[in-house]
Amino acid sequence: MATHDDVVEERRNFLYLATGAAGAVAVGGAVWPLVDQMNPSKDVLALSSIEIDLTKIAEGQSAVFLWRGNPVFVRHRTADEIAEAAADDAAEDLIDPENDADRVQKPEWLVMSGVCTHLGCVPLDQKGEFGGWYCPCHGSHYDISGRIRKGPAPLNLPIVDYVFLDDATIQIG
Amino acid sequence: MMKNINVKGLMATVVGATMLVAASNANAADSTAMHPERNEYTSAGIFGKWDIPSLQRGFQVYQEVCAACHSMDLVAFRTLSDIGYNEDEIKAIAIEYEYETIDGDGEETFRPGIPADYFPAPFANEAAARSANNGALPPDFSTLVKAREHLGFFSSTYGEDYIVALMTGYEEDVPASAPEGFELPEGSYYNHYFEGNAIAMAPPLFDEMVEYADGTPATMHQMAYDVANFMAWASDPTMQERKQMGLKVMLFMFFFVILLYFTNKRVWAKVKKGEDIDPSKI
Amino acid sequence: MASDKKFEPTNPTVKWVEDRLPMMGLIYSSLGAGYNAPRNLNYWWNFGSLALFMLVVQIVTGIILVMHYVPHVDMAFDSVQHIRRDVNYGWLVQAVHANGASMFFIVVYIHILRGFYFGSYKAPREILWFLGIIIYLLMMATGFMGYVLPWGQMSFWGAKVITSLFGAFDFVPFIGDGIVEWLWGGFAVGQPTLNRFFSLHYLLPFVLVGVVILHVWALHIPGSTNPLGIDAKGPYDKIPFHPYYTAKDAFGLGVFIIFFAGFVFYIPDFLGHPDNYIKANPLVTPAHIVPEWYYLPFYAILRAIPNELIGVVAMFASILILFAMPWLDGSRIRSMRFRPLSQFFFWIFVVNGLFLGFLGQKAPDDILLASFDVTDFSRVSLTYYFGYFLVVMPLVSRMETTKPIPTSIAAAVLEANKKG
Repeated sequence: MATHDDVVEERRNFLYLATGAAGAVAVGGAVWPLVDQMNPSKDVLALSSIEIDLTKIAEGQSAVFLWRGNPVFVRHRTADEIAEAAADDAAEDLIDPENDADRVQKPEWLVMSGVCTHLGCVPLDQKGEFGGWYCPCHGSHYDISGRIRKGPAPLNLPIVDYVFLDDATIQIG
Repeated sequence: MMKNINVKGLMATVVGATMLVAASNANAADSTAMHPERNEYTSAGIFGKWDIPSLQRGFQVYQEVCAACHSMDLVAFRTLSDIGYNEDEIKAIAIEYEYETIDGDGEETFRPGIPADYFPAPFANEAAARSANNGALPPDFSTLVKAREHLGFFSSTYGEDYIVALMTGYEEDVPASAPEGFELPEGSYYNHYFEGNAIAMAPPLFDEMVEYADGTPATMHQMAYDVANFMAWASDPTMQERKQMGLKVMLFMFFFVILLYFTNKRVWAKVKKGEDIDPSKI
Repeated sequence: MASDKKFEPTNPTVKWVEDRLPMMGLIYSSLGAGYNAPRNLNYWWNFGSLALFMLVVQIVTGIILVMHYVPHVDMAFDSVQHIRRDVNYGWLVQAVHANGASMFFIVVYIHILRGFYFGSYKAPREILWFLGIIIYLLMMATGFMGYVLPWGQMSFWGAKVITSLFGAFDFVPFIGDGIVEWLWGGFAVGQPTLNRFFSLHYLLPFVLVGVVILHVWALHIPGSTNPLGIDAKGPYDKIPFHPYYTAKDAFGLGVFIIFFAGFVFYIPDFLGHPDNYIKANPLVTPAHIVPEWYYLPFYAILRAIPNELIGVVAMFASILILFAMPWLDGSRIRSMRFRPLSQFFFWIFVVNGLFLGFLGQKAPDDILLASFDVTDFSRVSLTYYFGYFLVVMPLVSRMETTKPIPTSIAAAVLEANKKG
């Protein structure tokens, strides 16, 4: 049978427990803003998506845009280039096999990250042995679909998240 | 503890504190500017909230009347979502403005605004602004309402009320209530609420100057009220969030302090009464 | 109960660490159940821990603000607005830091006045007292430089007025002439000034932490004094710091946080000046240049004296005179509870101090009563201020009739309980 002291002890323990729990909540509530303030601020987030006017890029031309601090390559491919990219789907030396059709929404517009998948340098346009890009840092060659064909890079140039707002404009991010 | 409070000391401190406080309320002894009257704003008080329709009307007044001379450098179009505009509406607002940029050949050109842009200034620099306004510089609106706020223990002047009073406080001729020997300088206008009573800005508002999209009659007072509200938002956009968080924090803290009070009382129970003392040993 | 307990770990891992670096033992014997404090401390003794709390709050919020603030004359003001508008919870961190400075001073002023009333500065706690004054001076310097950083009108003009005061020392051979330009890093308050104030404002709080450590160390040698002012001698005079004073400090902290939160969430600009919402403009002087409220009494003293050099000296002397208190006060009784005449003059001192603060924010030629203006009243007030230390304290402490002091703390507690 519980004595009066037992009951008092239980009440005291509950009180201390409740106070301690409230204290933990208070500390958690105070700490969260101190951590969250390091997350990207509203003005940085506002620039997290950009719109690109495609009419400025002629056929056979590439353009580079800065998006979230990194380069994005946009190439307006010619019919020959599109054919070449599709033909290379079957090439035996594809290090990271991927079909060209899976890398584009419209075949004449190639929109991809301009950061080499090896160690992060920016590849040079219309250089290299495969008619695409060449990274001078360690000799990676990308083809006209942005796929890695030769060199140390392990993956194709990543396709960024974009949508066509209309025929003349895409929004990245 | 109550027994030990020094009554004289407490009274002395109250007297002193009252003086310190009273000082913060008095206008400078030689001020001739009238004291603005209070308007009712939903943003006032501990439960203050923004009045979205009023803010949108105020924004319209800013765009159509004030923006000709007054910049608002620190407010970005994207923040207009605070006052009820959606993404598409904001894009439409931003696109009306032009911003200098450099094209691919390095030539200076213009591009349309995007939500991330800030409201553009009407003048290229301070000198240009002054030269277009009789030597006076139209102040930037970004923090202006906060800069015109005077808080005191007994009476406060809120920036919005000052703005409303200023907008509606012009007199065509120097009134009889003006101080003796007052002379209105060339190019100035008489205003009851402006420090020194001579303001370089011409009366900016008159009845039905704008046509409100929501059909509210655009009287001079209504426009002044709405634009002051908008300016209050521009100066302090986090007001509502701040007060809402304040409510949660205060409620939690009161609850927590009650727990702490009883915990403290519990911890001290025996010792407080000296029950642990063996009187033969002290 | 009287002798301090030692930390004796049973867990073998804890013991292994303790043998090599006795950190937990240190905490146990300075804040825990191993440190004893008088059993009769009242709520005026909470303010030391509140001051430590505020120091930590200011450092944490300050370091966060520095992640976003830009110390350049063209960007400082805008970067503060960026913090308030764009940084997640930036408005909260900035409001806590700005109001936190005021809270820190409120807490420290009460802590100092507690020292006055209860004789905390008297032997053997003189060095503890000196360290406290040094902490206060460091706080003044830190607060002054911090206020300049937002680069509003008050930031700039306050910096200009106060740094220009050092021009009063231009008579000093060799260094006198260039002192102010040396402080400014130029011919006026400008970019170099802002940059160096930013650097020093970041540095001084850590110097302050070091002095606080010395302050607590100096305290722990004799231990805290108590409201009765008599030494703790017997076995029942003291109790372990934990859980008694940890619980009491936690409660006091909770109440204080409610007070603090009231400012942060509902009136965050009340203690500031609206002119600081205007970007600094070297060509336009504000109507009234006023420092933050915690400097006002000293500002009043400075302005009241017509000679610039004597005014500056008097302003510094009004704080430095505190160093002499252990010797100015010649009473054999520590606590003013038993010194009614001293109490009387003390409370006048407090009201006078508040009055000086009131005077500091008015224009010097404002008429207050009859034909006497703010400057006239300031001169009377500062006379009482210095008179309290130089005349009242030495004479009253040595000549007053004191009330009889209790035999021991424990005895006083038993007495109080018999009556109550």
